Amino acid sequence: MTITKKQITFSQAINDAIQTAMAIDKSVICYGLGVTDPNGIFGSTIGLEEKFGSQRVFDIPASENAVTGVAIGAALDGVRPVVVHQRSDFSLLTLDQMINNAAKWRYMFNGIHSVPITNRLIVGRGWGQGPTHSQNLQALFSHIPGLKVIMPSTTYDVKGLLLSSVFDDDPVIFLEHRWLYNQVGLVPEGDYRIPIGKAKIINKGEDITVVGMSYMTIEALNLIAVLSENKISCELIDLRSIKPIDSKCIIDSVKKTGNLLVLDTACKFGSVASEIITLVVEECFSYLKQSPRRITLPDFPVPTSPALTSNFYPQDLKIMEVISEMLSKKINHQKQERPPISMHDIPGDWFKGPF
Amino acid sequence: MNISIAENLYKQLLKIRIIEEEISDRYSEEKMRCPTHLAIGQEAAAVGVCASLNNNDYAVSGHRAHHHYIAKGGNINKLIAELYGKETGCSGGKGGSMHLVDKNAGFMGSTAIVAGTIPVGVGLSLSQKLKSSKNITCIFFGDAATEEGVFYESINFAALKDLPVLFVCENNRFSCFTHLSQRQPESRKIFQMVSAMGIESFECDGNDVISVYNMANQITKTIKNGEGPKFLELHTDRWLEHCGPNYDDDLGYRSKIEIKKSRENDPIKILEKKFPELSSSKKNSIKKELNLLTEQAFVFAENSNFPPEKEAYTNLYSQ
Ligand SMILES: Cc1ncc(C[n+]2csc(CCOP(=O)(O)OP(=O)(O)O)c2C)c(N)n1
Repeated sequence: MTITKKQITFSQAINDAIQTAMAIDKSVICYGLGVTDPNGIFGSTIGLEEKFGSQRVFDIPASENAVTGVAIGAALDGVRPVVVHQRSDFSLLTLDQMINNAAKWRYMFNGIHSVPITNRLIVGRGWGQGPTHSQNLQALFSHIPGLKVIMPSTTYDVKGLLLSSVFDDDPVIFLEHRWLYNQVGLVPEGDYRIPIGKAKIINKGEDITVVGMSYMTIEALNLIAVLSENKISCELIDLRSIKPIDSKCIIDSVKKTGNLLVLDTACKFGSVASEIITLVVEECFSYLKQSPRRITLPDFPVPTSPALTSNFYPQDLKIMEVISEMLSKKINHQKQERPPISMHDIPGDWFKGPF
Repeated sequence: MNISIAENLYKQLLKIRIIEEEISDRYSEEKMRCPTHLAIGQEAAAVGVCASLNNNDYAVSGHRAHHHYIAKGGNINKLIAELYGKETGCSGGKGGSMHLVDKNAGFMGSTAIVAGTIPVGVGLSLSQKLKSSKNITCIFFGDAATEEGVFYESINFAALKDLPVLFVCENNRFSCFTHLSQRQPESRKIFQMVSAMGIESFECDGNDVISVYNMANQITKTIKNGEGPKFLELHTDRWLEHCGPNYDDDLGYRSKIEIKKSRENDPIKILEKKFPELSSSKKNSIKKELNLLTEQAFVFAENSNFPPEKEAYTNLYSQ
């Protein structure tokens, strides 16, 4: 059987995943603030209500914590809710239900119940999203036993991972970076699943292991060509699943390269990058040729003014600099090959704020 | 009402309108690079309530806060500079439109998480009570904020502790694109619900600045007399899109009739009808003065420096 594929955006791939899940299984429902808006959560929920009806797809009151508890209750009775938050920051209001209930329910009742809920959280960046509209919370969620945390980077993966999340029997935090929303990729039609807990080697290499997640994987991907022109063989791993983490993939790679650089979209202290480095130090210390490094955001809230963010987010050139240091190798590069953008605080001219 | 009070209210309404319109006109220049929620149409709520407060009373607000900041007496140059991300902005460029502050004016902060400042305002009033202060705190929020759990917890706490706080709900019937009827039972009125929770509550036409002022003035007096927390629901209309500089009448989530009615309910026109002498003799000179003030604020913002990058790494902790 041939599977048709089509070129669609990240946002359309999310939409496609939800439609696919809802068509396969009547127990899947989708709700959140703005799900039925004309903008449909940046396109990702457009058309769902028309197709599946307002019983299964609906807007909600501004009551994030309550609707999370409601999702848990419904899930206990066989519903598979997909709850959407336009910014991960708004999901901070759900922490009580997510951490005290969703994460614990299966365990504290000794496996009698499952809580199959998926929380889609969108991570903001740029155009002055500032301190309360651009937080990267993967470390916070993955600290909690009982939650699964997913951070896709590509259009192909976002669909397959979202389908796996919806049909997973545990609570999943699904973090979507706003700057990936316009990325185009080839996506199969219909149902396909990408296993939770499996990283993906995006580029095979021998000299250094670079572990990325979400938008940072894309930053690293921009570099692969330059690195290979400079005879640097970089193994780029896209984490995809923060928790459970694919330890084996990372450790096998470090055993081969002896060098580890981790790229995190969040700030440094207590980050997922810290966890990965600890893992490697514990599991394969003797293979390391030098201290592992990490590139993260500074340990500060994100400021609003573009003047304050111009170097706040590390980009591909920063990654190149660190790789060059780690391998003691000068890297020659042409000017950036990306399409020129008018300002550093937007990913391309398709995104001009406000959200 | 004497004409000098009316004239002051009129000036404040026009001030907010002119500033907000200027922001709207210039937003597409892409120099104000932050999400911006304008208050055109909702001026009377802020103006009427703030006119009943003095400089030492406190106020807090949410994502849509320009009108509260201005009506409370916040510095205009610093407001515009903040939108431009400049070091002279009220938050040094760290906050943007959604995070405003002017301590000198008693404007203690506005933040972007819906209902986030409601308990903070209650805390300010707790402190005022502990200090036996003669001042009160006013908390501004929208109808959607009354759907968050923290709203109920805060109302209960304020009632329990009998705090000197005024809750002001600006009900524009919309949370982004979503009408109130899709979020709350239609038969229930917000102020009546709060009343049932043990706080004396009122409602008022929030586009009629005279009514708002008269009511707020009376309520504020009772709070200052130690009669405990009060709640005021003001019915008003947002004219522009939820966030951003444009009208979005064409999107169809608001009916044509509703849109037409809201423009007829222009707080400025309503006041002019009540006091025709304002528009006939005073309008031009008031407008001229305010246009100048606004122009100067934008010049100030444009001419101000951006904060040096290292400022991103300051003021996280007290030392
Ligand atoms: C906790 C939280 N949830 C969602 C949002 C996104 N959001 C920003 S403004 C808004 C609507 C608020 O409506 P309302 O409180 O009535 O104020 P209005 O915008 O009408 O002035 C929403 C849902 C947010 N900022 N915080």
